[in-house]
Amino acid sequence: MSNFFSALGDIFTNESLYRNAIIATVVLLFAASGEVVAEKAGTINISLEAMMLAGAYAAAVGQGRAGVWGGLGMAAIAGLVVAGVQANMSHRLSADQFVVGLVLNVLVLGIVGFLVGSNEPASHIVERTKVPVLAEVPLIGPALFDQPWVLYLVYPLVPAIWFLVYRTRWGLEVRAIGEDPNASDVSGLSVNKLRRQTIYLTGMVAGVGGGYFLYARSGRFEDSLIGGRGYIAIAAVIFGGWTLKGTVAGCVAFGLVGSLVLTIPSLGYQAIDPAFLAMAPNVVTIVAMTMFAKRVRQPAALARPFIRGLK
Amino acid sequence: MPPQRSGVAVTETEAESATATSAQEVRPRSKLASTGEVIGLYAICLFGALAIAAALVEFASDKGSWTTVYTVILDGAVRKPGRWGLTLGVAAPILLVALGTTVSGRAGLVNIGQEGQLVIGAAFTAYVGTRIGGPGPLALVISLAMGVVGGAIWAGIAGALRFWRNVPEVLTTLLMGTVAANLVGWGLRHRSLLLAPPEGRANRNQVSQPFAADRHIPRVTLFGNDFPISILLAILLAIVVWLVLGRTVVGFRLRMLGRNARTAQRAGVDQKRYGIGAMLVSGGFAGLAGGVMLAGGDFGPYQLVADFGAGIGFAGLLAALVARQRALVIIFVAFLFAGLRTGSGFLRATGVSARIADVVQGTLVLAMLLPPAILYLRARRRAIAATSSRT
Repeated sequence: MSNFFSALGDIFTNESLYRNAIIATVVLLFAASGEVVAEKAGTINISLEAMMLAGAYAAAVGQGRAGVWGGLGMAAIAGLVVAGVQANMSHRLSADQFVVGLVLNVLVLGIVGFLVGSNEPASHIVERTKVPVLAEVPLIGPALFDQPWVLYLVYPLVPAIWFLVYRTRWGLEVRAIGEDPNASDVSGLSVNKLRRQTIYLTGMVAGVGGGYFLYARSGRFEDSLIGGRGYIAIAAVIFGGWTLKGTVAGCVAFGLVGSLVLTIPSLGYQAIDPAFLAMAPNVVTIVAMTMFAKRVRQPAALARPFIRGLK
Repeated sequence: MPPQRSGVAVTETEAESATATSAQEVRPRSKLASTGEVIGLYAICLFGALAIAAALVEFASDKGSWTTVYTVILDGAVRKPGRWGLTLGVAAPILLVALGTTVSGRAGLVNIGQEGQLVIGAAFTAYVGTRIGGPGPLALVISLAMGVVGGAIWAGIAGALRFWRNVPEVLTTLLMGTVAANLVGWGLRHRSLLLAPPEGRANRNQVSQPFAADRHIPRVTLFGNDFPISILLAILLAIVVWLVLGRTVVGFRLRMLGRNARTAQRAGVDQKRYGIGAMLVSGGFAGLAGGVMLAGGDFGPYQLVADFGAGIGFAGLLAALVARQRALVIIFVAFLFAGLRTGSGFLRATGVSARIADVVQGTLVLAMLLPPAILYLRARRRAIAATSSRT
């Protein structure tokens, strides 16, 4: 038993655990903070994965021509393009949002894989930037404040999303159309237009998230870079009960688990098979959904297309 | 309203929303013109999809033109000796997965975790098929049946959660896909589960024991091509699914559930029973596809490996979507997608990335989503215009 605790101590005092956890958390945060807005408006945006992947690829190509800032800009545009397809097909033409999202995931993976196979972008890693004082905090200080500077973009992003959703007129309208699109429509809101806007926002943020992950992780683009993180981000939103606070908590939890998958074997412990750690976020999400499905209230119109005149 | 025997009380058009019906009434056009319009729309979308893929080959890579890609894929899919047999073998699991998707999709459920259900089915087949005794054909049938059970369990969990706790099945099926892959990967590391005995495999190779030769799905040789008989079984099942969905009470109830759950409930359809049933059938088909892949011989030497699914589950799902969930159309789409897969295997020689096949698949599906959506919207707009001009 004492063995077990010393092992736990070993693992949880390991600095690289927290560093990896933050890197993994932040990519989820980028994606999930956009997704939360889209889901508040009533879309389960499965194509999050495609947006991140497109963003990562665009960032890899863009930084060679226009530097890191240019890369991030291209990442946002790439995410926006994917979002444009998703938004207009599901909320203008009223095609099934899941079908569109899933196809986009497959399609973007194919396109990116094809492009990488034809001409691979050069790799580029962003150096760490230390934030003075804050980075001196033991254990989590370096993880939070001694990272590539691209990561710091997430710190203003989350409060900005919060402000947008809970303190602006647009946010109020978005929340309204997710709860009762028919009433909102009668009150003069353009339901599908607002839904499209939330998806555009998601696409841009998720695209930047993909770009961030490229720069922070390896700098080398592979088509397996995102590898299902979009789905985990969606799971984090649901795990968090469709609130921004809960979503952040979900991202941190899943990021930590993802980091444990890497850290535990690297410290030489083999108590838990990595396969179980890898599936842990998904299992936890399913269990959480099952337990809280009746208690946590999802946006009432979640995943229901809005067509005027049809309930 | 007392529950009535369905099929008598409610017709399918009534089960659809009332507005959609009136849209058809007010359309003041000849049937021929509108059919031409529909065909034209489909043609434009199809052309657009292929053009995007072709443009990608032309402009994004300097390795070849779209004409060479086209010829090479055609060579690899059908023209070169022995290739169309392989395409048939690949088409079988795609077709099976797509049929399952059709059943659940027609019932209004979105099952997108076929890849996981397929892998679990393959694992069940591998476990049972390498362990039970008895005559070969019988053991093969039993192990395939276990594959069906495995896939059905995996989808059934999602179905049960959907109707018991109202957890969206889209997310559970999707999330359980990753769980399945990891679970099978874990099983492949343990001798007591799936891992083959150490003799006869490289030391760190994580593979299952190959099927004994008498447990392979029999293969037919025809004009120099050989293919497993599973494709015949799959086509037969497609006809069965078509008949059951289109011509029986059970199929009618399923479709009613998918079109309008409230109407179905009023007509006495047990939503739980039919919904979970549809999920079980859907997963069962995916599981069978996994078993057929394992015992069919077109996907490696009759043994389970990590990443065994190889995207067949997704291909089947997309095939069902392209065919708009019509069982007989699915047969052709499954062949098309299988051909893209086997054909793109030949692309390596030209230097063009084989991923172009995925791109073509994806753009095709997106393109096939467009026409019905456009037509539907237009019909609705006309209906609204008609009602507002009356008032």
